[in-house]
Amino acid sequence: MKSLVITQAILEQHKLSEDEYKKILEILGREPNWTELGMFSAMWSEHCSYKSSRIHLKKLPTTGPRVVQGPGENAGAVDIGDGLCAVFKMESHNHPSFIEPYQGAATGVGGILRDIFTMGARPIALLNSLRFGDLDNANTRHLLKGVVSGIAGYGNCMGVPTVGGEIVFNDIYALNPLVNVFCVGIARKDKIFLGKAAGVGNPVIYFGSKTGRDGIHGATMASDSFDEEAAQKRPTVQVGDPFTEKLLLEACLELMAGDCLVGIQDMGAAGLTSSACEMASREGTGVELELADVPRREPGMTPYEIMLSESQERMLMVAKAGREDEVINICRKWDLDVAVIGRVTDTGKVVLKENGQIVAEIPAKALADDGPRYDRPSSPPAYQEMLQSLNYDALPDVKDANAALLELLGSPTIASKRWVYEQYDHMVRTNTMVRPGSDAAVLRVKGTNKALALSVDCNGRYCLLNPYEGAKIAIAECARNLACSGAEPIGVTDCLNFGNPQRPEVMWQFVLAIEGLKDACEALSVPIVSGNVSLYNETNDLSIYPTPMIGMVGLIEEADHTATQWFKQAGDVIILLGRTKEDLGGTEYLKIVHHREQGSPPLLNLEEERAVQACTIRLIREGLVQSAHDCSDGGLAVALAECCVSGPDGQIGAVVQLPLDGLRRDALLFGESQSRILLSVEQDQADSVLNAARNAGVPASRIGVVGGSRLMIRVDGDQRVAGCTIDLEVPNVHERWASAIPRALGQD
Amino acid sequence: MNIGVVVFPGSNCDHDCEYIFKDVLGQSVKLIWHKDTLPAGLDAVVLPGGFSYGDYLRTGAIARFSPVMGAVKTFAREGGLVIGICNGFQILLEAGLLPGVMLRNTSLNFICKDVYVKVENAATRFTNRCESGQVLKIPIAHADGNYYTDPVTLGGIKANAQVIFRYCTAEGKVTPEANPNGSLDNIAGIMNADGNVLGMMPHPERSAETVLGNEDGRLIFLSILSAFGKSEQQSRLVSV
Repeated sequence: MKSLVITQAILEQHKLSEDEYKKILEILGREPNWTELGMFSAMWSEHCSYKSSRIHLKKLPTTGPRVVQGPGENAGAVDIGDGLCAVFKMESHNHPSFIEPYQGAATGVGGILRDIFTMGARPIALLNSLRFGDLDNANTRHLLKGVVSGIAGYGNCMGVPTVGGEIVFNDIYALNPLVNVFCVGIARKDKIFLGKAAGVGNPVIYFGSKTGRDGIHGATMASDSFDEEAAQKRPTVQVGDPFTEKLLLEACLELMAGDCLVGIQDMGAAGLTSSACEMASREGTGVELELADVPRREPGMTPYEIMLSESQERMLMVAKAGREDEVINICRKWDLDVAVIGRVTDTGKVVLKENGQIVAEIPAKALADDGPRYDRPSSPPAYQEMLQSLNYDALPDVKDANAALLELLGSPTIASKRWVYEQYDHMVRTNTMVRPGSDAAVLRVKGTNKALALSVDCNGRYCLLNPYEGAKIAIAECARNLACSGAEPIGVTDCLNFGNPQRPEVMWQFVLAIEGLKDACEALSVPIVSGNVSLYNETNDLSIYPTPMIGMVGLIEEADHTATQWFKQAGDVIILLGRTKEDLGGTEYLKIVHHREQGSPPLLNLEEERAVQACTIRLIREGLVQSAHDCSDGGLAVALAECCVSGPDGQIGAVVQLPLDGLRRDALLFGESQSRILLSVEQDQADSVLNAARNAGVPASRIGVVGGSRLMIRVDGDQRVAGCTIDLEVPNVHERWASAIPRALGQD
Repeated sequence: MNIGVVVFPGSNCDHDCEYIFKDVLGQSVKLIWHKDTLPAGLDAVVLPGGFSYGDYLRTGAIARFSPVMGAVKTFAREGGLVIGICNGFQILLEAGLLPGVMLRNTSLNFICKDVYVKVENAATRFTNRCESGQVLKIPIAHADGNYYTDPVTLGGIKANAQVIFRYCTAEGKVTPEANPNGSLDNIAGIMNADGNVLGMMPHPERSAETVLGNEDGRLIFLSILSAFGKSEQQSRLVSV
């Protein structure tokens, strides 16, 4: 091995601290060579090692009767009965998408798909959560278009439908957009594959695309903050090839149908380094690889480059000894590169050779599991009190509620996302029962009577104002979206997007958010089975809002027992479940109308939440519900408007009467009190629904009737306004909501 | 019926077509790898949707060289029934089994949504269970569905009643607004002169079951069954 002098500059380039380097010296008992240093740098990066987050992640509830695979593998798995599992995970591709939006987003989709099919599951659905700056910024429009076409380009070609998602536009994300992708697959419970290098002597087989010089140090880049020089990091972004990935998917599932596989893992962040050391570490074995046998795109690649390349669409597997030909033939059938590149050993080490000469030798566990752990200091930011305090007396109540409602519906965060989801194939595989545009997507599970409901959610502003409540609400709202579809939540995946963990205020947000996730998951009895942490989301020293994105899977036992959010027919009675309080803090209304992102976000009572969700699911199962919609951004008025205009088969009006009950009018109409669901039910069922809700301890009130061509909302007991507070032609409401995003993009 | 569904590298609606014929309609279905040839005894061949060869050169342009395509051409020449859906339609055009070409959608975007198509010719083996002029709601999902051909060919296929589906409004009006992709004359599907090869951009397999909220597309499959004197069998559930 060549020796080299490790200087401070080299360590900085590899994002390794002096203490971390000392630890490397201890582990090796000598100085690392260049390749070894690169491998430690990648595996000990924040992205791969979770060094700032791991001690906190341990607090999350990860077990439950349905859990088949919890965190630590490529994806989590929960039992859905009939011998099947839902396998799912969410991941971020934020930094690459900012540098190169199309490829960044596309390879994000590619990476999460591999995590799912590596487990033996056929991916059945993709969702995504996106955060951008304001659309009046030309670069934001460029990023949005690039990210959407990247997601479409990859997912559509793979034949995995993109069935839902959410997008929030806020200036805080202008220089650090978030691209989080959530994938769900279905596997047989007895055919889950894990990333383990078991069986000394078994062959280690590489298959998929060739290794090139792209994405080298992607993991390290993803663990860094950004500044004006970000564009220069473009060479660290990988280039996706969905066609090869489609072949890889089919080849994997064909390999897995037999019994020649022992373990398998995709080469994601940190490429061959992470797959090799993680597979060995999980099993307590070692691996010995001959790098000259790795299929390469170009000659002259060094061991350092081969080990740190993040070329896409590559897999590493361990097969049973003697079954190599079977594996090779299946890979060749699908025109994939394939090579036996090594063997499983009992040394506990990752040993790399180049033409027989050892070029690196590191204990697998040291790379995969013994990375640094930090309990970083945390303290609330100095501005927190100011953020949370808001003098409502100084805010005038809404004067023109019509104008305010239209303004909210026309804000890109609330407006229809049709422009986005029409670019995604959301129907391929013919499972999509409820398409994008309702609270949750619903997919039937072929071969059973069941269906899965899927949703993603997080309100970053709530999390900024109160990280604990915000995180709680992210879980509760996601589950509420599922409940509105008739589904019981059975598993969570999270993608925790935060700023720089070396800032105590960011760690404070992170630690509180974890507490919120924990309490909400426990109260709603839903485990977190997989996830991802994305830190250093800051550019020019400005951190994003803490954004713990939640993806949730819900189970519908009988596929017919589902509901959608839009009103169905004239004459149906509108019922509001839950209580409306004076919750104006942190609302979309305050931001859009008063340009303030301040105050205390709504506080959520988990007992009330549980009751309202259980009640909704039961009513849907009993066939009593025509539509169910969660009240969230923009409050009751926006939720009612969405019920009127979001149906795929046309629009319908509603006449609603709300009691003021001593609230401000703006709080009543646009406040974002939690644990509220809008139902519409057939007229002759209204009384039994109201009784059923009240018997379940859920506040329920009849607030109006579906029908006509106007959306009218009257407020009782309001002395200031006679007649209607909101009175709009439904086509006008629809137009404002439907055209906002295409219009904003038309500026180019 | 014996149906063969061809699997090109990158096909992604192959399982959906298999599911409709086998699990929903109770017919016998074989998936045929593109490097193989067609087995004997097939009644119909489906070229499914997807991104054969990644659509990297031009949609369908590489797939037409797949080994199986020789057999598909022979099968078609001998009168066998062939239906190409979406990418399958694009492959039929590239292979010369149907006239014309596909251009990029005028929006330059991939479009996935329900559209309405008018059945222009109900006297075919693909549409005999429809009424002439009937409006069907069927989803599209493509980036290259903008059908184009020269005026002489267009005149010929129109005169010969080979235009089978045209994009229309829900009421059946063929208007520019109802045209999702810029397709010439709102063409959504055409047939060859012999009446045994159909290409269509909309995906009938995505709208053929009540659980998916729309059964209009089922008429196409039922028509094919009728052409062979078959009716649908008791549908059955199979494991995933």
